[in-house]
Amino acid sequence: MEKKKLIRGRPDALNDKIMHYCPGCGHGIVHRIVAEVVDELGIKDRFVGIAPVGCSVFAYWYFNTDFHQAAHGRAPAVASGIKRARPELIVMSYQGDGDLAAIGTAEIVHAANRGENITVIFINNAIYGMTGGQMAPTTLIGQKSTTTPLGRDPRKAGFPIKISEMLAVLPGSRYIERTTVTSPKEVNKTKKAIKKAFELQMKGEGFTMVEVLSPCPTNWRLTPKDALKFVEEKMVEYYPLGVFKDEPVFND
Amino acid sequence: MEKVMMKGNEALAEGALRGGCQCYFGYPITPQSEVAEYMSRRMPELGRVFLQTESEVATINYLYGAAGAGVRCMTTSSSPGISLMQEGISYLIGAELPCLIANVVRGGPGLGNIQPAQADYWQATKGGTHGDCRMIVLAPNSVQEMFDFARDAFDLAEKYRNPVFILADGALGQMMEPVELKPFLEFDPHKNDSWATTGAKNREPHVITSIHLEPEEMEEFNRHLQAKYLLMEKEEVRWEEYQTNEDDLDILIVAYGIASRVCRNAVDDLRASGIKAGLLRPITLWPFPKAEIRRFADRKIPILVVELNMGQMLEDVLLAVEGKTLVDFYGRYAGIIPSADEVVRKAFDTLKKVGK
Amino acid sequence: MARKAFVDEERCKECGLCITACPKSCISFSSKLNSKGFHPIEIDHEKCIGCGFCIDMCPDTAIELWEVAEA
Repeated sequence: MEKKKLIRGRPDALNDKIMHYCPGCGHGIVHRIVAEVVDELGIKDRFVGIAPVGCSVFAYWYFNTDFHQAAHGRAPAVASGIKRARPELIVMSYQGDGDLAAIGTAEIVHAANRGENITVIFINNAIYGMTGGQMAPTTLIGQKSTTTPLGRDPRKAGFPIKISEMLAVLPGSRYIERTTVTSPKEVNKTKKAIKKAFELQMKGEGFTMVEVLSPCPTNWRLTPKDALKFVEEKMVEYYPLGVFKDEPVFND
Repeated sequence: MEKVMMKGNEALAEGALRGGCQCYFGYPITPQSEVAEYMSRRMPELGRVFLQTESEVATINYLYGAAGAGVRCMTTSSSPGISLMQEGISYLIGAELPCLIANVVRGGPGLGNIQPAQADYWQATKGGTHGDCRMIVLAPNSVQEMFDFARDAFDLAEKYRNPVFILADGALGQMMEPVELKPFLEFDPHKNDSWATTGAKNREPHVITSIHLEPEEMEEFNRHLQAKYLLMEKEEVRWEEYQTNEDDLDILIVAYGIASRVCRNAVDDLRASGIKAGLLRPITLWPFPKAEIRRFADRKIPILVVELNMGQMLEDVLLAVEGKTLVDFYGRYAGIIPSADEVVRKAFDTLKKVGK
Repeated sequence: MARKAFVDEERCKECGLCITACPKSCISFSSKLNSKGFHPIEIDHEKCIGCGFCIDMCPDTAIELWEVAEA
């Protein structure tokens, strides 16, 4: 069959390197969504991403944009430092759940509460991926991990933390939505949310975050297909999807 | 040139902003909070960034971001706060980012106290942080030098793409002296455009990172850092001598920062008693003036090290003299600044040890 | 002009997320191996309607949508 014209390929904001992520990992999907949004908004030449500690530490291998690698949990501070220094840049802090919801809780709470004009993409896969599947702050009750071999017992290991709900009550947060990538429909909702977040940042409206429930088939010991099912059936039940906050912060 | 009475902390702040500091990030801690208070007024006046963050851990990472974006930026803190910043300092060095960090030292360990001390010498000079880390460490001994060193620090930091560290103490931060306010430095705001995160417009993307997974690559990067450190050792050693001209000097006192001022008086008092005493004051604590101190050791001149700690720079002096002369030590601690009399008495003690 | 999805076999990691999304069940794993040892997908162009759902789900930007000359 003869190809005539490319309708949809790899976004310009991504290069052609093959990503290091495992088969079926949500990072690749979200990287592509971010890149598509960057293309659509025409912000590639003024975009800076923050790569966290975790599986996406090398996110900068794949983007055709500037990137800054941050220490574990500190991505919102690094992102805000860049944004304060150069407000004309569009800055994205890309973080996983261990990074954002455990070691980095102080930085994310205060960046949100100060209304730092950055966008956070929060990948919640309920597990520490890079270190080999240990319990994350977001690991579900009863979920097995390499440090909760019998399943997470909240009496011993506490409860899964609901970050979007937490940040939404802060007066400084502008827009908080939780989405997932389990189907084309959900992927497109995620894309709309990320686009909205960047647009709000471009208007200077303050802190925006999209939490994406994302599969980690390798560390969940599931096939990629079953991992999607785990998100749909188990994660969404505890972490409901939707917009948690969408109101202007600064009324002057 | 105009001279104004200023607190050391304020002089440090004014010096930094005249050196081109565009962003100040900080968190309150005694005895350096005046830096942040001063910056909170002055930076907005100049259309620059002042931000009080939620912690020192966050502060150093705001600095990491802003430094990566290529702007002149700084933070200040005091001992326990500097400890909290250590991880970030390693990242700054590992990613080769210029910036200014100042420690207005108080007594430790732990929460310690809020009195002047020099107990963070090891932390500042030996790499309080992980990895093979070095920074130029400047030790002012007057309010004027608080201003001057802060003003010059950014040029020095950009020259090596490495943080510059000012090690002051609570006394220098809090005391007032007249300061000659030198003019705003001229500098090229686009100097860092070749590597900073300014947006990949008409160029390849820039990446600020300190991770090198391949052993060969990691080693090669460390060789590159070592080459920079060697160059600093060659070009940036700064020190000051007082009354050291005689060949048959009786005793050399080595002291830095606030302690060096007491020791200068002690040298005068010793000379009034007929002792040919001299003072060597390291201004850069790293790179340390090793060769300069060895000159005296080669001549068997006994050395007395005076510090506001229990003997930290002492170890660098011992390394410098390579056992060629007697090295004695006098230290007071955490708010107790020795009097010139005490130093004189100790010097006589030292002289007795070498049979003088 | 019809639209069809095409796979870059070298990029495919055999996760099969595209298969879960395809409304026409026209994607399957091939029997070949790529250089990474994965069985890349193959797309039945007779059935493909060019909806792009597979692209939405692909974590590896291994699929492209092309306008093709009618057979």
